[in-house]
Amino acid sequence: MRGLAEIFWSFLKIGAFTFGGGYAMIPLIGHEVIERRGWIAERDFADLLTLAQSAPGPIALNTAVFVGYKRRGFAGALAAVFGVIVPSFVIILAVAMFFSNMRDNAIVDAAFRGMRPAVVALIIAPIIGLTRGMRGVGMAVAAAVAVAVWYFGISPVWFLLSGAVVGCLYAMVRGKEAQR
Amino acid sequence: MIATLLQLMLSYLKIGFFGFGGGYAMLSLIHSEVVVRNAWLTNGEFSDIVAISQMTPGPIALNSATYIGYEVAGVLGSVVATLAVSLPSLTLMLLLTRFFLRLHDNRYVQGVVRGMRPVVVGMIASAALLLIFPHSDEGRSFIDVWSWVIFALTLLGSARKINPIALIVASGVAGIVIYGLF
Repeated sequence: MRGLAEIFWSFLKIGAFTFGGGYAMIPLIGHEVIERRGWIAERDFADLLTLAQSAPGPIALNTAVFVGYKRRGFAGALAAVFGVIVPSFVIILAVAMFFSNMRDNAIVDAAFRGMRPAVVALIIAPIIGLTRGMRGVGMAVAAAVAVAVWYFGISPVWFLLSGAVVGCLYAMVRGKEAQR
Repeated sequence: MIATLLQLMLSYLKIGFFGFGGGYAMLSLIHSEVVVRNAWLTNGEFSDIVAISQMTPGPIALNSATYIGYEVAGVLGSVVATLAVSLPSLTLMLLLTRFFLRLHDNRYVQGVVRGMRPVVVGMIASAALLLIFPHSDEGRSFIDVWSWVIFALTLLGSARKINPIALIVASGVAGIVIYGLF
């Protein structure tokens, strides 16, 4: 039981102090599970990140499942997941309850008018890093998906599934060529 | 009420299950479910939630689930949406962790991941496009030349590795000065 509480507490801290989500959380998670607790070896951490990024869902949550499960099986995974969820849930619920009454305030409204274009800039910024090293075909696919989802309102799910199928077929063809 | 909760659960299960690429890529999925399909929020409200998520800790997908769940169906809605978005992660990661050693070097798994990568980039771009050029005028992100100034400065700040929370707070202050005081 003490082990589970420790896992819960570690991931509660990770959930409460990681702003910006995703990649911003990685150093903090690493510090907690490698250096402080020694739950995961440094070389396993890189594997863990690959896995957490390949699976759907928030990276912090995926990491929590992996570390919790390695430590204490299913109960450990649950303890870690609840640890990540609780701070975000409590804070956002408080904001949501409070914010509905504040939304009509002129100053708050002005602040959000300023923040909206900034949000767009923050969404665009990582694209530059992600397209680095991408070939022409990849860029064309990315552009086509962007237009299809934005302009035609097609659900991105279809493109994810197609991408997965094409990638799998490509790996099959390549594998056969390699065997020859 | 039950129907709304059920729809909320289904939408967030879907978002969790197809949420490849993490945070920003999930935004276009969330937008597609919450704004386009179910019309629970307007474009502007969606953008505001993204701003709030930037300023509060935790993954954006969880933040948005809790917030939108509350807006749509109260506290119960926020519990349902938050658990629903986490469930696919939990299940899939448990499976992956168990079979990790066998899957790790599997070329098909690598093929799938490689095939989805350009789609994920496109999804992030579509989230930005949806906010810049929305389909309806309500809740536009860009209302005048100042919007573009804030946008350009934030992009510059982000390229210089300035903390995103600092950038959001600065743009909020800029908004108060530009739109609130005069």
